[in-house]
This record gives sequence, C-alpha cells and structure tokens, in this order.
Amino acid sequence: MTTTTTAVLVPLLPFLGAAFGLLLGRRAPGFVRPLAVLPTLAAAVLAVVVAARQGGGAAVDAATQLAPTGSVPIELALHIDGFAALVAVLVGVVATCVQLYSTGYLRDDPRYSSYAALVSLFTSAMLLVVYSGDLMVLLVGWEIMGICSYFLVGHYWETEAARSASLKAFLVTKLGDVPFLFGLFALAADAGTFRITGVLNAVTSGDLHHPTLIALLLLAGVAGKSAQFPLHTWLPDAMAGPTPVSALIHAATMVAAGVYFIARLLPVFAASAAALVVLAVMAAVTMVGSALAALAQDDIKRVLAYSTVGQLGYMTGALAVGDRGAAVFHLLSHGAFKALLFLGAGVIIHAAGTNSLAAMSRMRGLSKRIPDAFWTVTVALLALAAIPPFAGFFSKEAVLGAAEHAAVGEAHLALGGAHGDLGSVPTAAGWTVLIAGLLTALLTAAYATRLWLLAFFGRGPQEAPDHGKQPFAMNAVLWVLFIPTAAFGIAAPVLPDWFDGNALTPTLVTSVLGTGLALAGALIMYGAWRHTTAAAARRPIGAVAVDPDAAPAVSEEEAIATHAAAYGDNAGAPDPADPGRLLLGPLHAPATCGFHLDAAYTALFVRPVRAAARIVRFLDREVVDTYVHGAGTGARWLGSAVRRAQTGNVQTYLGALLAGSLVLAVAAVLVATGTGA
Amino acid sequence: MTLAAASHGFLTPSGVEIAFLLVGLVTLGAAVVTVTTKQLVHAALWLVVALGGIAVEYLLLTAEFIAWVQVLIYVGSVVVLLLFGLMLTKAPIGRSPDADSGNRWAALLVAVASAAVLVWVVVDAFRASWIDLDGAVQGSTEVSGRSLFQHWVLPFEALSVLLLAALVGAIVLSRKTGEGSQETGRAAAPVRREGQR
Amino acid sequence: MHLAYPAVLAVLLFCVGLYGVLARRNAILVLMSVELMLNAVNLNLVAFDVWLRDALHAGQALTLFTIAVAAAEIGIGLAIVLLVYRNRGSSDVDKLTDLAERPTEDEQAQPQSQQQAEAAA
Repeated sequence: MTTTTTAVLVPLLPFLGAAFGLLLGRRAPGFVRPLAVLPTLAAAVLAVVVAARQGGGAAVDAATQLAPTGSVPIELALHIDGFAALVAVLVGVVATCVQLYSTGYLRDDPRYSSYAALVSLFTSAMLLVVYSGDLMVLLVGWEIMGICSYFLVGHYWETEAARSASLKAFLVTKLGDVPFLFGLFALAADAGTFRITGVLNAVTSGDLHHPTLIALLLLAGVAGKSAQFPLHTWLPDAMAGPTPVSALIHAATMVAAGVYFIARLLPVFAASAAALVVLAVMAAVTMVGSALAALAQDDIKRVLAYSTVGQLGYMTGALAVGDRGAAVFHLLSHGAFKALLFLGAGVIIHAAGTNSLAAMSRMRGLSKRIPDAFWTVTVALLALAAIPPFAGFFSKEAVLGAAEHAAVGEAHLALGGAHGDLGSVPTAAGWTVLIAGLLTALLTAAYATRLWLLAFFGRGPQEAPDHGKQPFAMNAVLWVLFIPTAAFGIAAPVLPDWFDGNALTPTLVTSVLGTGLALAGALIMYGAWRHTTAAAARRPIGAVAVDPDAAPAVSEEEAIATHAAAYGDNAGAPDPADPGRLLLGPLHAPATCGFHLDAAYTALFVRPVRAAARIVRFLDREVVDTYVHGAGTGARWLGSAVRRAQTGNVQTYLGALLAGSLVLAVAAVLVATGTGA
Repeated sequence: MTLAAASHGFLTPSGVEIAFLLVGLVTLGAAVVTVTTKQLVHAALWLVVALGGIAVEYLLLTAEFIAWVQVLIYVGSVVVLLLFGLMLTKAPIGRSPDADSGNRWAALLVAVASAAVLVWVVVDAFRASWIDLDGAVQGSTEVSGRSLFQHWVLPFEALSVLLLAALVGAIVLSRKTGEGSQETGRAAAPVRREGQR
Repeated sequence: MHLAYPAVLAVLLFCVGLYGVLARRNAILVLMSVELMLNAVNLNLVAFDVWLRDALHAGQALTLFTIAVAAAEIGIGLAIVLLVYRNRGSSDVDKLTDLAERPTEDEQAQPQSQQQAEAAA
C-alpha cells in the first residue's frame, strides 16, 4: 500500500465502522463492540504507519477532483505533513482508548450501539479534518464533528442538563461556524483555491488581499470549536455528556481541531499582526479566566473542562506568538494527559457515586478503592500542573519559551523552508502570552492540587461506598494513556524535525519560573486545604445516591441529574470547607458561574431574541392572523351571499344567463362595429 | 339587391308587405296574449292563433309546403298535446292568479332588452336587403320534396330514428310503473326530502 | 319584400317567447313559450332561404327538421312534466328547487367551533 492509500483508509475505516454499527446495531448486538473497537484500532495503527512513512519529511500531497464545482474547485485532497501525521496518531490512539473504555463504561446502556457508532463517526470526521488538504472537505469533517458532539453530549437526554447542554454546544459552536464559513469563502476568493497548499503559496506570494478580515472571521470559528473566550461557555456545560465523550471530544480531539486549523494556516494569520494580537489577547483572557473558574467548580468534570479551556488557551497563545510547533506539541501531550484525566474522573465518579468534589471530600479511603485511577490521575495532574519530568512540563515550557522569544523580539516566523521568513511577531503578543501563561501556571497547579486533595484525601465520617472492582477495560486504558503522559517529554528534542524546526526543549528561565510558580500554587493550595479540611469533617454535605451494582454510565447520569437538586446549581456547591473558596475570596461566586458570561449572553442575545420572538408572535397572532381570518371570513360571507343566488329556480338562472349573454352580445357588436358608434 | 329591388322603399310598400305586416301584428298580439293571459287553456288557444299566423307568413314568403306542415304539426298535434298535458296535470279552468312567477319583472326587463338589441342589430344589418318574391316559387311541395329527397335524405332518415327514440322515451316516461315500485317511489320521496333539509 | 319585416317579426316573437319562458310558472305554459321561440327561428330560416334563393333549400329543409325535433321535444317534455306532476302533485317550475343549496346545520356550527379554536389557541 502506498502512503496515500493508507492515509485514505485512516478516516474511511471508522466511517465504515460507524455505518455498519448503525445498520447492524439492533439486529446483531454481538457485532457492536467489535465494530466499535476494531476499525478505530486499525485506523490508529494505520495512522502510526502513515506517520512512520512520512517521518517528518516533505508533506504528502494527493488530490482528486470528483466533479467540477465552478470557479473555485473543490478537491478530495490529502495534505500530510508532520503536524497532520502526529495529530492523527493522537486521535487514533485516544479514540481507540475511549472505545475500549466505553465497552466497560456503558456496558448495560441500551443506546450503546448508536453511541459507539457516533463515536466512530466522530473519529472519522476528526481524522478527515486532520488529513484533509482541501478547506471545504475540512469543513465537512468540522461540521460532522459538531453534530456528533451534539448527539453525544445529549446521550443522557433524560436529564434536563444534558438536553440543554447539547443544544447550547451546538448553537454556540454554530455561532462561530457562520463567520468561519464566510472566512473560508473570503480566503478562497483571494487565493483562488480551497487547497491548503495553494492558500499557503498565495500567502507567500502576497496574493492575500484581506488577511486581517479573513483571519478574524476564521478566528470566530476557531474560538467556537476550541472553546476560546468568548465562545467557550458551551464546554463546561457539555460535561453533562458521558465521560468517555468528554475525554475524546471535549479534551483530546474536537476542541483541538481549532488549534490544529490555525496551525495549518498559520501563515494566513501571521500575515496580519492585528490578528496575532487579537489571538494573544483571546488566549490570555481564556487562560486566566478559565483557571480562576476551575478553582471554584464543584463538579470534577467541570474542573477538568475549565482546565481544558485553559490549556487550549496555551495552544492558541503559542500560535499567537507564531510557534505552531509548540502549539501542536502541547496539543499532543495535553490530548494524552487530559484524556487520561477524564477517563480517570469517570472511574472516580463511578467509585464515589457522585461527581461533586464537596461530597468526595467527605469520604474516606477513595484512593484505596481505585488504586489504578489514583496513581494514573496523580501523574496526569502533575503533568497538567507542568511539574517535570512529565509530558505537560515539556510542552508548556515550549509554549512559554516561544512566548519569551516573542516578548524579547527574537521570534521570527520560520514556518518551514518553503514559506520562508514572514516577519516578526508583535512583542505585545509575546508579553501578553508570557505573563498570562505564567499566571495560569500558578493557578493551574492550584486547581490541580485542589482536585487531587479533595477527590482522594477526603476526611469524613463515612467510608467511600464499595462499588466493586472497576471493569478491566477501563483500568487498562488508564495505564495505556499513562505511558505518553509520563514519558512524552522525551520526544521534545526529536519533534522539531517533524514540525518547523524551532527548538522545543525547555529554556532555563521559563523552566525555573514556570516550575517555581507551579510549586508555589500547589503549596498555597495545600496550605489552604489544611486550614479548611477540619471544617469539612464537621459540616456534612452532599448526597451519594447510587446503587453499587449499576454500570458506571448509570452512576454518572444519576450524579448529573441530582447535582443541581442537591446543591441548587450545576457548577458550584455551598461548601464552606472548599479551599478554593478560601483562596478566591470575593471572586469565588462569579468564578463559579464562569464570571457571569452566560448571564451576559442572556442579556445580550437571549433576551433580545426572545423579545423579538414575542414581537413576531404578536405580529403573527394579532396582525397576520387577522388578515388570514379576515380572508377566511370574507370568503365565507361572499360564499353565503353567492349562495343566496342559488335558489334552485331554473327561471332565475336562465334569466341571469340570458342577461349575461346579452351584455356579451352588445359588447361583441360594439367591438365588431369598431369605435362603438 | 338587383337594380329593380333598389327602387323599393318603406314609403311605397307593396301589397304583400302590407299583408305581411298585418298578419305579423296579429301573430305578435296572439303571442303576447299567450304568454300573459291568466287562463291556461286560453293561452293554448291563443297559441293556435299565433302559430296559424306564422303559417300565413310562410305562405306570404312563398313557402307553401312549410306552411301546411306548420298547420298540420303545430296547430294540429302540438297544441292538442299541450291541451292534453294541461288536462292531465289538472290545470285550473278559469283565471289562475299565480300563473306568472315572481321574477316577472326581471323576465320582462331581459326580454325587452334582448328585443331592443336584436331589433337594432337586425335592422342595422338588413336595412337594404330585399326579398325577390317574384320568379320561380321557392317552397312548393314539388321543390321541397325534390330538395328533401335528393339532398337531405340522410338527415331525414336520421331524424326518423330521433323521432322513434323520442316516441319510445315519451312512452317510457309517462307509463305508470308497477304497483310495488310505485309504492316504494312514493314512500322514498318524502324521506329523500327529509334528508335534504 | 323588405327583409326587415320577417326578421323583425322573428325577433319580436322570439323575445315574447323568451319572456314566457322566464315568467311563466306552469311548466306547460313554459313549453308553449318554447314553441313560440322555435317558430320565430323557423320564420327566420324560411325568410333567409327565400332571400338567398338557395339551390339546396337548406333553410326550408332545416325548418322541417326543426319542426320534427320540436314535436319530439314537446312529446318528451310533456312526458317529463307528467312525471313531475305525478311525483310532486304540482307542475310549477319554481317549486322544483331541490337542487338549491340551503344552509345546513354544520355550516351554522362551523363559525362557533372556529371561534372556540381561536380562544383555545
């Protein structure tokens, strides 16, 4: 098989798996699990093969045109460079892990077959986005991911939270996708092609006439998909979906698609300094805000969701300073450890019977019940907090190093040999990203510590409930993902060969600064926890309402459904023993609800739309319907008037007939005689 | 339309014209009485006068065969049939005040208007046309018979079939049905009317 | 002879018959009026045949046919009138109004139900 054939098979196999899964799901339940796991596994293996063949060398390009599509041709094109090859490997591996994990997690779910098929379809779409060399084909995969996300977030559609969350995720990402589509059109109109290579060539030769407009339009779509400020609000709510879905879609892959997209088209963005500054500010606000919000969340998955938003902010920050190597490096390592964190959180939720950190902090011995999850999640949290020598440290230092280069004005946009030097990055963007990144490193370590302490070191009267042994598939997957989480850092010296050649190894200044801040954050949080943990034992809070034999997915669904009922809120809990509350002080309440951004959206969009809808309803009911009813009543009156003529008396009819024909005859005679004289 | 005909005029009517005019007036008057009289049997009798007047007009137009056919069929049989019909439907003898229906004035309006329009058109169209009644007779029995059985023999035979069909149809319609079906027919009629109301 | 004489006479006879058809109540009187109209047409046919001096005498032949058809018509017509009289006990034309559309009960109920639907909505 040539590399091209192999690469085509990579997205195709999960797609076929999804199609057959949907077709056979009801008739042959025995085939559902193999159909879910095997194509994804094969796709992962083939993605590894493609990466090995490509080897970081020249990009593999292949294209075929199915049908002529007017002025700007749309082609089925592959464009596999080092970024695409490695991201595809990540997607394949995480998707395989998630499919395996799901076999245990949703073992009794009646909708498992459609769930697995949708996950496969999602995987296929993501791989299409990764490999596609044509922006329109990329958009197809992009939108399929969106709709799969909608369905999968709403998997527990019996709960109100899941229903509204899926709708919100869909609408908010669509809000970004509309300008994204226009951006693609504008880009194709300027470049004359949808092919990525053609677009990049157009940028190099200076054919792009509106780089700022195009970059900002595309940025809106990226902000929606990658959950960047101000369109990030859907991601925390999307945690109402099953945990494996959160791990795959909302941590490792789909939200990374936006970052990956900018990385592919970075020359377009780099052509506009304004777009880079906007990107930097967006990244900085996203990072700091989401880290603060993560400190205040009670739902363990919402903590991780805000953490994802923040880490994606790191990636966009790296892109804002023009280093896409660092961005994709962080994307890869974050994909691994965040998937691990989510899958571990699924195990924790099952074992604890609740998703509330407040309730977990009053349970003794949770870490002993689930030792596999405890150790893997611990390491993943260390990686998240960027403690050496785990993967997160290297990738985050690469980002901070790139920001530092940009801040001191050393950064040049060296985007591979073909595109040459595209000029320098604004130093303002560099400083913004650097300061925000360092501040976020502190906060990240703090909330990672808070999660670890509250989840595993609860002190309270009751033992953690015994839910029996966790399914083997779930624990095995945790250890599989543990390997890259722990050891991906050793790839840092090799990766520049795959990317643009910028060094990704940590520099001394940022390493010391970042690690020091992270340690400081962890220590502050530990101190606060010591201060409050005594209070936790005195104030019982939270409810654990799950029977021990239920499948993990059932536990989670019940936990989601009862969270708002138990605490009055989906996000926070009125827990005075929360160290985050102590540290945040007056900031705690706004941080819990995401700094009232949803309220702002309600005031800005929802209420005007509702008011407009009321006006439209009023117009429809009172004005339009009046006309409609008037037309009906008029016709009825006319009908009853005409019916009076319908006497049944033949002579009347005949008289009317003759009178009419008389008039016609007179008219005919007048016409025939010319002027009527 | 010949030169000789062009010398005619309204002011110098010929004898035939005067006779035609007088008979026409009588015919018209009889027709008007036919459609206005309150006595039904009188209407039939006045119809005889009108139809007879038309027969005389045919004679004046030299169509003598038509005239005798008119007398035979209309005056002889059709009016008799009508009188039988009046009797069979138990038409009242003497003045019946409701002989005219309610829309009499509308009917009068329509009739007068059509008369005005048609007279206007006809007079306008044929004010300079003259019938040459001299020369060969147009409608003698011989001439009519020749044309009928030379040129019109096929329609003539077809007409006989029509007449036969009308004969059969009239018999079927007016025949009294069998006793049983008549009963059901009478019983069904009020029910049907009830259903429609 | 001036052509206008028979033509105008035919027109007037026709219109008199027309009035009778429209105004008379008794079906047999209506049939009489129809006969008047037919005769007016016949008069026209004869007059124009003579005026045109038609070699085939189409007008007169057609007059004969019309007379025959009128005879058939009066036969059938009287038979129908007799049938109607037997069924209805009357031969008045303006009482034969079974084909008239009368307001039925569901039509009177319809506006009410619609108002109820609007109130419910």
